[in-house]
Parts: sequence; C-alpha cells; structure tokens
Amino acid sequence: MKKLRIKVYMTAGFNTISLGTGRKEFHPKKPRPGIEHYIKEAGKGTLDQIGGGKNVDEGVIGNFMAARFNKQANLPGFIPMIDKDLEYKPAVSVEGACGSGGLALVTGIKSVLAETADVVLTLGVEVQNTVKAIYGADILAGAGWYQKRKEGHAYFFPGQFSDRAGAYYEKYDRETARKGFATWYKNAIENARLCPTAQEFHNKDGELEKTAMVEPNGRAFVDNLTVFDCSKVSDGASSIAIVSEDGLKKIGIDKKDAVEVVGWAQVEADITKDPEDLTELTTIKKAVKEALDSAGITYKDLGTVETHDCFTIAGILATEAIGFAEPGKGAEFVSAGNTARDGLIPMNTTGGLIGWGHPTGATGVHQAVTIWEQFTNRAGKAQINISKKKPYGMTINMGGDDKTVVAIVYKKN
Amino acid sequence: MTYKERLKNVTVLGAAGKMGSGILLLTAVEMTDLSFKKENKGNEFVLNAMDISHKGLSGLMEYLRIQVRKVAEKKTNLLRKMYEDRADLIENGEIIDQYVFDVLNTVKPTTRMEAAYDSTLIFEAVSENPVLKTKLFKQILDNNKNDPWFFTNTSSVPIGQLDKESNLNGKILGFHFYNPPAVQKLVELIVTDDTNKEMTDFALELAKKLRKLIVPSNDFAGFIGNGHFMRDALHGINTAEKISSDIPFTNAVYAMNRVSQDFLVRPMGIFQLIDYVGIDVCQYIMKVMNPHLKDENLHSELLDTMIGLDVRGGQNADGSQKNGFLKYEKGRPVGVYNTQTKQYENISDFDAYVSKYLSTTAEKVPSWKALLRDNKKDEILDKYFKEVEGSNTKGAELTKQYIARSREIGKKLVADNVAKNEDDVNKVMLTGFFHLYGPINNYLI
Repeated sequence: MKKLRIKVYMTAGFNTISLGTGRKEFHPKKPRPGIEHYIKEAGKGTLDQIGGGKNVDEGVIGNFMAARFNKQANLPGFIPMIDKDLEYKPAVSVEGACGSGGLALVTGIKSVLAETADVVLTLGVEVQNTVKAIYGADILAGAGWYQKRKEGHAYFFPGQFSDRAGAYYEKYDRETARKGFATWYKNAIENARLCPTAQEFHNKDGELEKTAMVEPNGRAFVDNLTVFDCSKVSDGASSIAIVSEDGLKKIGIDKKDAVEVVGWAQVEADITKDPEDLTELTTIKKAVKEALDSAGITYKDLGTVETHDCFTIAGILATEAIGFAEPGKGAEFVSAGNTARDGLIPMNTTGGLIGWGHPTGATGVHQAVTIWEQFTNRAGKAQINISKKKPYGMTINMGGDDKTVVAIVYKKN
Repeated sequence: MTYKERLKNVTVLGAAGKMGSGILLLTAVEMTDLSFKKENKGNEFVLNAMDISHKGLSGLMEYLRIQVRKVAEKKTNLLRKMYEDRADLIENGEIIDQYVFDVLNTVKPTTRMEAAYDSTLIFEAVSENPVLKTKLFKQILDNNKNDPWFFTNTSSVPIGQLDKESNLNGKILGFHFYNPPAVQKLVELIVTDDTNKEMTDFALELAKKLRKLIVPSNDFAGFIGNGHFMRDALHGINTAEKISSDIPFTNAVYAMNRVSQDFLVRPMGIFQLIDYVGIDVCQYIMKVMNPHLKDENLHSELLDTMIGLDVRGGQNADGSQKNGFLKYEKGRPVGVYNTQTKQYENISDFDAYVSKYLSTTAEKVPSWKALLRDNKKDEILDKYFKEVEGSNTKGAELTKQYIARSREIGKKLVADNVAKNEDDVNKVMLTGFFHLYGPINNYLI
C-alpha cells in the first residue's frame, strides 16, 4: 500500500456499556434500550468532546445485522438523530459482519485521506439481545456463506471455531491448548473487571482458570469449546472521531490527546472457500503484515494489541498470526503470561470480545477506542504502562471466519 | 408388541389437566422423535389428547406450542440432524418451527372417548376419583380390541383396587409423575403381583426415554409421595391449630408456613404447597387414603372448613396460583385466610410479630434457592441444623418437631412396606418435591 500522504488521527472515543448476561442491569425478560439509544449515546459521547455536530463533516456507521436483529435498515438516517447539526451532512453505513466496525474505521480514514473530510464521526453498533441465542445464531451465521449453513452446527460460528480448536488439538497438544484458552479467558475477565463499561465488569468468579478448564460437551454445545471459550451476546455501541491535522485544530484537540494512524490494511478472503489450514488465521496474518509494513514497523515495536477474540482459539491463533509465537506455540505463549496486562505484549486490556463484550458491528470501533484510551492515559483502572520504546498499538478486527479483516497500527503522540 | 408398536396409538385421558398436559407433552415429544427414526419412516404415530373440556383442550394446545418450542430450542443441533434430508429447512428458526408443527401434528385433541378405542396405551390422568377411573377403564376395555395397557397417574388410589374393580387382569400399573411432569425428574412406579411383566419392562424403557428417575413404590394408598406429603401436611395443619392458642390463627398459619419453608429450607411452605396442589385435592387424597390406614386418622377438619367456605387453592388455567390458605400476588404469599371473618389478613401487618414469636432472624437461615446449586450444601445444612439444635427459641422448637415428624413418617413408610427402603423415600422427596435433604436424615437427632 502507498504511504499515507497526510496524517490521520483518532480521538474522542466513547463506549456505551456492553449489555448482556453478566451485567447487573441485564434482565432477559425486561425491556431494554433499542438501537437508537445506543447510536445516540455513543455518538453524543464523541460529539461532546469535539464541539458538537457542527464540527463534523460526515458520519460513518458500522453495523452487521440490524436488519434482522432490530428489523431496521438505512442506519445512516440515525446519524442526524444524534445532533441536529448533522442533518443534511453525508453519512454512510458499512457492513462486513463482525468486521463492520473495522470497515467503518477504514471508511473514515479513507475520507480523511481523500481530503473530502477533516472530521469523520465513526460509529459501530449492534443490539443483539432482541432474540434468543439459538435464533441469534442464525443471524450471526450470515457472516459465513449461506450455502454452507445447512451443514453447519446449530450454533454456527462456535461450531466453526470448535473445528479450528479440534484441528489445533490434533496437530499440537490438547492439554496445552486448553490451558492456553483458560489463561486467555482469565486475562479477559480480569481486564474487564477494571473497565466499568465491560460486560464482565461484575464478574466475581474467584476461580477463573478452573471455570474455563471445564470439559467441552458436544451433546450440550460444541465438541471442542465451552461457553467460556466464546464471547457473549452483547448490545452496545462505540464511537470515535477520525480527523486530519486541520481537523484536530478545528475541534480544538491537542495531538497528545489523539492517536495517529500510521498504517492499516483491509484484506478480504473468499467467503465461498473453506480455510486452507484450520490451525492458522491466514487472512489476519496477511492483514497484520500489510499493516505493519505500511507503518514501517515490526510486531516487536507493538506496545499493545487489541485482537478479535470472538473465541479463545482466535486469540491464541492471533498471537501466532502476528508473529509473537511460532505456529503451535501460541497457547504456551499465552499460558506463560506474555499477553497479560503486565506481560511482554498486553493484549485486549479492557477484556476484548470475551471480557468487554462483542456487540458485533461495534467491536472494531471499540478496539480503536481502547487503544486511544491507553495511549492518552484515559483507561482508568485498566490503564497499562506504555513503554517509550514501543509506542505502537494495533487493532485486528475480523468478520466471519477469517474473511473480512481490518488491521490498523496506531502511534502514541 | 415392541416399544415402538406400543407407542403408535396412545391416548391421554384428562389431557388438559395439570398433570395430563405435562404427560401429553412428554409423550408427544417421544412419539414424534420415534417417528423420525429411519426404521419408522412412513409409520403413523397418533396421540389422542382426550378431555371433556373444549376450552381446556384449547389451553392445552397453547401450552404445548410454547413448551415444545422450549424443548426444540434446547436440542436444536439434534433437530438439525433429524431434518437433514429437508433441503428447505436451513436455519434453526425454520427447523424449530417445523418440529413444533410436527409434534403438535402428532397430537389429536378430542372430547370423544371413542378415540381411545384404537389405542394400545392409555395414560390416565383424570381426577382422583376411583369410581370415575374405573368407569373409564371399563368403557375402554369393552370397546377396544387392541388389548390396551393402562398407565394411571393416580397419586393415591391403590392399583390393585383399580385393577380388580375394572377387570383389567393385571393390564394396569401406576406411573405417577410429579408436578409439573415436564420438570420433575421423579416417576413413582407401582406394580402389583398381577402386573404384566412385559408392561413393567416397557414402563422402565419409557421412563428412561423420558429421562425420568423411577422409584418403585408398593401398592399402598398414597404410595411414597403422598404417604409422606399428606402426613407432613397434617402435621403442619395440626401444629398451626395448636399454636393458635398462643397467637391468632392467621399468624399461626403464617408461622408454620415460615417454619416449614425457611427453617426447614424447603422450596415452599406447607400451606403454600397445600394451596399449590389444591385444598380440595388434598382433602380428596386423604379421603381416598384414610380407609386403607389401620392405626391413624388422616383427616383434617380445617381442610373441610376451607372447602365448606369454597376456598380451594389450585391453579388458574394460565398456571398462576389461586388463593387458598394464603393469598398470592405475583406468586408470592401476601395474606392469610381468616376462617372466622372470611377475609384475608395482610402478612405485612403481622410479619414482625410472628418473627418475634419465632424469635429468629431470617439472615441466619440458608436459602433453599441458593443451596440448590451449592456444592457445599450438605456442609452448610449440617452447620445450620447444629445451630438450630442448640437454640431454644420457639422457631427452633417447631423446626425440631417438624424434622422429627417428617423422619417418623419416612421411617413408617418403610416399616409399613410402602417403600422398599429408606433411600427410596429420600429419593422421592428429593426428586419429586425438590427437597434438599431426605426426611430420613441425621439432623436434630
């Protein structure tokens, strides 16, 4: 990819809570806020930091399946609802399954690079608790090829990643892998407990690894994973402003309160093809390489990473795809504490998809907000120490089973 | 006749009732699943839901529609395999909808007894009236050429009596579900010396398929479950009447309900349980059991009084609790019936007074709900009952009496040869009544 011809920044991030089982506010039988609420709360959260809608040139909203979860399409129409000063300004909705948030970021970045906008209000949203999980699984299965749905598991994506886990167990060592998954889960929950908006913020389990080491039961769920290996069903939205240097001036925000986007990649794999190697996230590997190359750095320069751990196995495989661990060594790398918040490379410092939550279309934006919080010292109790030697962060957002991938590299100012 | 053949045409009598609807649900699901087996393709499975009430049958179909969906949602992956040949059914939602249709399509609601004339298996879940049961059995037997087997859900009438009075020649056994049948694990199996062996084997296989736990009971009126419950209820009633010399009657009823729920760490207080089952049903079961008891009088004038005042408890068609000894709001007791004034008195007006009378605070008592899933429940209960043992409060005294009486009842059921052993008695109370510990225990000895 060509070098970025102008500087691009992200600032003024905001997350709603990730609502779903685990949050004290959540009750499956009580009415909950709708998608409008989340869009408005997140959008306003950013606008309040950048001087309101009048400073925004255009809006982008990432969402996966509002058309089915909420029977709602035409989401750009909700952007002017956030602030009357957004009325009659351009807005667009983008979709790439669970990678929709990442695509929203890329769309905003491109607008700034194209110099058609200095300030892009970028949102991601998903409200999924409108249906029971068994029907939600149908909706989420849309991230795969529909022609393959019939042969898939009732819980389609847990089934897909269970197959990946099974292949990993077989190729390497099952016990080592399960221990790595359990450590990944423990880190996710412990990090989430430090972030008040996280879905697992109220989790009080004192024996997380033991909980996660329960044996998978294919009769009750899928063959090679348990529910603790999976991200939960979440309602939530995230928002961030993507701006040029002129944009920063316009909204009156100092560079130190923003992160710079220094490299990115958006990589697409053929949805009609099965993964060539179940034990590798090939598309993520390509996207990471391209993003790091475009930033002119290597993985060793990264101070923190937010990766798409929709399942623990995806987290483990990401450590290998990025290059931190050799193929087959990701589980050991995680078990050794390398990805913990005080480890070699802190990953998913507010809990990731398993701990913070996974409102699918919002996740990519949430990842960017977390990096921005960490790099501008706004992460509260979840704040980690960012070494001056490693001032880079990366987000990896994935749609489907390693199909739509967005990787972005950020630099601390 | 094989298991499958026996289940090809089944009738549930009293299908719209509380027990009948649950039995129908379980049977409908089992029959539908059978019809999906490769070797059974093309076979017709018919389940007649017979009841005298059209309205009841409408309610039954609505209940089934909701419950079968819940069943389907829990086993969707299995259903995906069952429907793998159906290229038109792709999503979970489509498959679940089809399964709900298929199960409901197995069920033929009817108010006509004639439907049972073609059946090979009859589940009987009509009211606890031996005369009615006998009349129905005879009528079916006279008109049915398929040599049908009769499974009765009676909770009190001796099977031998029904067999003899209906001339069934051993083609009957007791297959007693607990309320609600779809949830409670227990089935009491009652056979007599005349019961056909093949029929017993079938009953065991069916119970296994329905994922029920069988506890055998000897053929003695009330069997194990009601043998314990009715005497236990009578203890609660009699004690309430006794302590009403100290405190007002309504307060005494409330106090004994508290003791039997909170202090005994049971899911429901005894008066709430009587209301749940129905005051009239309890009275009737005692009436059926009493003539068979030699050395005791299983009868309560208080129950007669309540029925005389037309206060009956039981449940509304939607499953909500009707008022009985207690008045309910959103399923929770809020008042107690005063038989003198014929009015309910608010519990909130005397809650503090009763707590003082019992001299205890609720905080000390472990909650049944919390203990239900606690691995350390035995340890916690042991510690709790040791504390009760050392206490001299009125609440502790009533708890000790209750535990002792419950144990005495349990042991009597074994001594009278109703239950084969103490373990069976405990199993019935644990799995049929959701108790955390069996009546025959080492607490407070």
